[in-house]
Amino acid sequence: MDQFTLNLIVIGASFALYFGIAFWARASSTAEFYAAGQGVGPVVNGMATAADWMSAASFISMAGLIAFGGYNNSVFLMGWTGGYVLLALLLAPYLRKFGKFTVPEFVGDRFYSTSARMVAVVCLLVISITYVIGQMVGVGVTFARFLEVSTSTGLYIGSAVVFAYAVFGGMKGITYTQVAQYVVLIIAYTIPALFISLNLTGNILPQLGLIGSYAPSGGDVSFLAKLDSVVKELGFAAYTADTSNMFNMFLVTMSLMIGTAGLPHVIIRFFTVPKVSDARSSAGWALVFIALLYTVAPAVGSMARLNITTTFWPNAETGNALDGDAIKIADIDSNPDLIWIRNWEKTGLLKFTDLNGDGMIQYFNEPAAVTNANKALAAAKKALADSTEADKTALQTKVTEAEAAVATALGAAKLGDKTLAERGLVGNELTTVNNDIMVLANPEIAKLPGWVIALVAAGGLAAALSTAAGLLLAISSAISHDLIKGALNPSISEKGELLAARISMAFAIVLATWLGLNPPGFAAQVVALAFGLAAATIFPVLMMGIFSKRIGKEGAIAGMIVGLVSTAVYIFLYLGWFFIPGTNVLPNTPAAHFLGISPAAFGPVGALLNFATAYVVSMITKAPPRDVVELVESIRVPKGAGAAQAH
Amino acid sequence: MAETKQSNAYWAANVRIILISLVIWFVCSFGLGILLRPALKGISVGGADLGFWFAQNGSIYVFLILIFAYARRMNKLDKEFGVEE
Repeated sequence: MDQFTLNLIVIGASFALYFGIAFWARASSTAEFYAAGQGVGPVVNGMATAADWMSAASFISMAGLIAFGGYNNSVFLMGWTGGYVLLALLLAPYLRKFGKFTVPEFVGDRFYSTSARMVAVVCLLVISITYVIGQMVGVGVTFARFLEVSTSTGLYIGSAVVFAYAVFGGMKGITYTQVAQYVVLIIAYTIPALFISLNLTGNILPQLGLIGSYAPSGGDVSFLAKLDSVVKELGFAAYTADTSNMFNMFLVTMSLMIGTAGLPHVIIRFFTVPKVSDARSSAGWALVFIALLYTVAPAVGSMARLNITTTFWPNAETGNALDGDAIKIADIDSNPDLIWIRNWEKTGLLKFTDLNGDGMIQYFNEPAAVTNANKALAAAKKALADSTEADKTALQTKVTEAEAAVATALGAAKLGDKTLAERGLVGNELTTVNNDIMVLANPEIAKLPGWVIALVAAGGLAAALSTAAGLLLAISSAISHDLIKGALNPSISEKGELLAARISMAFAIVLATWLGLNPPGFAAQVVALAFGLAAATIFPVLMMGIFSKRIGKEGAIAGMIVGLVSTAVYIFLYLGWFFIPGTNVLPNTPAAHFLGISPAAFGPVGALLNFATAYVVSMITKAPPRDVVELVESIRVPKGAGAAQAH
Repeated sequence: MAETKQSNAYWAANVRIILISLVIWFVCSFGLGILLRPALKGISVGGADLGFWFAQNGSIYVFLILIFAYARRMNKLDKEFGVEE
């Protein structure tokens, strides 16, 4: 059976499972549609939260980010898990005690103001819609790769699947589907990891393999030391190298942590458990299931990186890379173990060219001087070729000069103990290694059977679909429950509201699909905005609503607006207004960043501005009324939590 | 009035547990994983240093223990003050 058929069978079977579950657990009331009737146990809710949380980025991209970013990109590992501590300690139990369905509903009641609720709706929509774009792109890319269709066709299929089960199932259907999706994605992620760890370190647990010894050279050198020495030999920074900007790393981690705790689609998951004490432990269970993937991710990334490097420099497996030859193109075309290189070349995630024509592919970190000299030479050659002038002597001289500059650069740049010129190299010949390949090609690199490859495809789709469904639910409940029932038409019947919820979810899917086809910028930048905004708006307002009796509606509204505007403006200054390329006011370089704070690190600053504004404004405006103070006192104690009321 | 005093004491105890937990949360991630890494270079963990391990794996384990310990401690506190569900 060929790989394509196998992919179809495994992906098809997983979808049949999701549809079956969605049909069995379809929602019949608003309580079931918004909060699964508050009948989800803490362990099941934890698993659903984990699937909801772990997106295409966590499953497909994170290991690659860590593989190439090394220690610096530990921010994702700490940031995307540490937020659950904040959720468990500061938000989840109190919001569950409050016992309503949406985040804006809490803001509206606690700050006794429909305006506050509407500002929260705006924040929620901006956060969730920016976040859902990345998921839809992830669905399209994964379908395109494994079902051999175009990215837009992949996106349409994905939207149809989400539509089918999310619109009918609501929170109840989504929750149980997410449990199945979690099982699929965690098996798909860990099986290749166990094998790769066993191969490289003799240790089946990747968490121990990461700090274990390197098996192929006899085990007297540790795995991380081996990886560091191989990548350093080829001119790359060591995997464990220190960060160049500790302050920024600190702030990015903080932004991801408080952003995680402020993401509405994660928070509403804690409305589904029966009791306050369940909300506390459910955050712990969610983190258990998330940690199963997150503690494996650095091992997957670092081991896949060593595997790819030793594939291109076979001698590196047991000795120094440069003591032997690089991989031969003839081998790539004849050795069945290396067939994956050509397979992935077709997708564009891996690209190579034999620049010096020696029949081998040399992979190393090309010094910037060589890159620039080569670029200048290419430009000079193009100018000469395009020229229509009769006298081309001046242009010819420029080409000769550029050639000399390249020769000088190659003579000055060292790789190991020799210069590039002495080695006969003209540049790095593995020109593209996409981050995502570290997970997607992992089973093939580790020579695992075809069904594991198909499972990874199903896992990537499960990760993207489960997160998209959770986000779409948060968006639709904000529209039908907060906007329509809360403000526009408070007398709407429950049946009418349920219909409105389904219609708004359908609209949200159409919008998300359209944005997935026309993403306003790179998905990664868009996700940075979502975390920054969640950190600067939702998290502070919820925390103040619970931990302060003095912050009033004026303070909360002013705080949210200051947090939203300051964070969005700071990000747009460097990444372009609404991510439209070329409209940025300042270049996105560390030198131009204010106090060295990158756009992705601004969340905590926005949160501080939010807190400070809310405090100052509340001090000069009226204190909250008596019944609001009583509400705060009641959410602080678990006793008396009942089923949610639809008021 | 007695009830208010009681619930104030419950809340004060809760806030104290939260603060202690947050100190641990901060130290294991931002502290050991980022700020103190250069100072702890001498302690090696399987081919790298302690700070590196905390940044890539260790902090996550501490987070896990922290949440369950908090949930347990709070369940006990709920019972002590008779405010459990």
